[in-house]
Amino acid sequence: MPETLLFAMEAAINGLAAGVMYALVALGFVLIFKASGIFNFSQGVMALFAALTLVGLQTGQIPFSHLINAIFGTRMHHFGFTLPTFVAIAGTVLVMIAFAWLVERLIFRHLVNQEPIILFMATIGLAYFLEGLGDIMWGAEVKRLDVGLPQGMSGPIDDLTFAWFGYGFFVDSLEIWAAAIAGLLVITLVIFSQYTKQGRALRAVADDHQAALSVGISLRFIWVLVWSLAGIVALVAGIMWGAKSGVQFSLSLIALKALPVLILGGFTSIPGAIIGGLIIGVGEKLFDFLLGPIVGSATENWFAYMLALVFLLFRPQGLFGEKIIERV
Amino acid sequence: MKMTRMAAALAVTMVAAAPAIAESLHFPMLNYRTGPFGPNGMAFADGYQDYLTLINERDGGIGGVPIRYTECETAYNTERGVECYQGIRGDNPLIVQPLSTGITYQLIPRTMEDRVPMHSMGYGRTSAVNGEVFNWTFNYPGTYWDGASVIINYLLEENDGSLDGKKIVLVYHNSAYGREPIPTLTRLSERLGYEFIPIAVDSPGQEQRSQWLQIRRERPDYVLMWGWGVMNPTAIQEAANIRFPMNNFIGVWWSGSEQDVRPAGEGAHGYRSLAMHGTGRDYPIYDDMQQYVIDAGLYAGTGDEVGTVLYSRGLYAAMLAVEAARTAQEIHGVGVITPAMMRDGMANLVITEERMAELGLPGFGPAFEVSCQNHGGSGEAMIQEWDAHNQEWNLITEWIAPDRELIMEMVMEDSLAYAAENDITPQCLERSGG
Repeated sequence: MPETLLFAMEAAINGLAAGVMYALVALGFVLIFKASGIFNFSQGVMALFAALTLVGLQTGQIPFSHLINAIFGTRMHHFGFTLPTFVAIAGTVLVMIAFAWLVERLIFRHLVNQEPIILFMATIGLAYFLEGLGDIMWGAEVKRLDVGLPQGMSGPIDDLTFAWFGYGFFVDSLEIWAAAIAGLLVITLVIFSQYTKQGRALRAVADDHQAALSVGISLRFIWVLVWSLAGIVALVAGIMWGAKSGVQFSLSLIALKALPVLILGGFTSIPGAIIGGLIIGVGEKLFDFLLGPIVGSATENWFAYMLALVFLLFRPQGLFGEKIIERV
Repeated sequence: MKMTRMAAALAVTMVAAAPAIAESLHFPMLNYRTGPFGPNGMAFADGYQDYLTLINERDGGIGGVPIRYTECETAYNTERGVECYQGIRGDNPLIVQPLSTGITYQLIPRTMEDRVPMHSMGYGRTSAVNGEVFNWTFNYPGTYWDGASVIINYLLEENDGSLDGKKIVLVYHNSAYGREPIPTLTRLSERLGYEFIPIAVDSPGQEQRSQWLQIRRERPDYVLMWGWGVMNPTAIQEAANIRFPMNNFIGVWWSGSEQDVRPAGEGAHGYRSLAMHGTGRDYPIYDDMQQYVIDAGLYAGTGDEVGTVLYSRGLYAAMLAVEAARTAQEIHGVGVITPAMMRDGMANLVITEERMAELGLPGFGPAFEVSCQNHGGSGEAMIQEWDAHNQEWNLITEWIAPDRELIMEMVMEDSLAYAAENDITPQCLERSGG
């Protein structure tokens, strides 16, 4: 097999893996948009906050320690113990559920029936607040996140592809795990929404708010539920991205990668988020493989947004989104 | 009535504060503690501020005149950086340190016009070395072109004086900063016979898989990095992932802090970078720092960064600024100096090994002299290596000199082109009359 074709295959496989990472972020946006029509600008910051909380709990960091030390002149930073990863993840899930409850109680309860742009603006404010809260609570330095997932070149894939083609493909073990976890997450969400009472209520609200309210479904409960789910998805995205490059402010910028994915897949479709992510991932890696060396690389963001622009021109609802027809 | 009282109170406060402001030396800080590059900017800012605090607390200021520092948050954003400068330009700023190549480029014409000296230490526009064109911009003790040349000289040493046939990749932040070393490395590749491949990474640099797959395919002998912020740990992690030998991966001094290597854990062991100064707390100055700043609770930020690489860089930048102010006071024989006098101090700055030892920083930075023709210092740097087991940087070389002949040739080409474009007649400035 020609060497170039092998390299292109390797780039495409890595694109699929990267696509899963993008889809993980896009999923959180879809969940909230589908259930409430809110485009949640703070989804990326939620991933950062969840990852910061996880590292903080894992390492036994005292929340707000810098603030406490500045006010009381103390020098406390850690409790003196660490938590097992599983317990820290469970604790972070509880924090994200509490966050969802507070968001509904303090913000969105007061904004029911407001224009979508008002709700969107509220999420921008929430993003800035959460960013600052994360810094004050856990500190702004770069943190190492280790939840025990393997990282680095996958040996079995290297061996297998070497045996087949005489060239070992590079695939990051972490991204294989990310794909498995994303798959599990989607299956869980599907089972939850199809076979549980709360899941059916969530789908009813997503289909028609007014009709759902008229049969006694609590909109507030659904909002807490959906923000909690988005918080858990943010935690998963935060773990995967945080393990790649450390937990720091830049983690919140992964949301920018989710936007073209959403435009491709549609803002209201969970399968759309996955497939959109995969298309962007494979497309950008192949594009960079073919044209990167000629134009000096760094074409990925450009490609993703150009593809999104093409979709906006010809299929604005995305591949799986609902077509909105407004009659005058 | 209430308004009148408030206005009167304000007026009294301003009048009372006026002598304190007039009888002080204003050192503005264009910092970034927020945004994607905040973790890096924070450590530098803390080091800079702590040194100025030390001078105030221990010595009562410079030559008996207290230092007044102000802080403006740029978030490493060029527009905000320019706004910060606009805010301080009328407040007698003695030295502007933008801590961003993008902001530096924007401020070069503005500071020239306002006659405010600017110091871009180890960053900014390299050709500002030519002080006859860039009268108000200084970039001692070294520049990016020096850095690139020092790495190549180091690699020459490692390869018995020849890089012929070697393949060297540069992974760079796709910005004005990241592109700076390309001309030098290209020129040196023509001279030394190595193959040079530049590969860009878009800001902030969290996704670099395509770049590292390309590096894996190219099989280079060495990878150099001009990165900043999250780009650095991501690149180091990716290099570890593809099992690239860390000893052959060398970053610029902005890609060599603890924050860059820690996220990759053991994978970062053996990674190397340039060092324009020493690091750690094993210098006598830290005894005073502990006594006058840390124990007194006057430290900047959280106090967690003391002794780290970027904290040391902030401290070094502040030390050079203070020494320049001291030189200006000596030249003009006054305590309270103007920005023009400060420029004279910077243009005549002499840093010797003895002076570094007197300051409690023996061997911390290179000895150098600034002149009208050379605003860039000696350009020397060392190489440091990360020890992931002990979580510390170790210096593995002495000071390495760059190929100054080549660099000055390039500096002259670029600076004279700038002078022609901007209608500047190259000349040395006369000393300020006060």
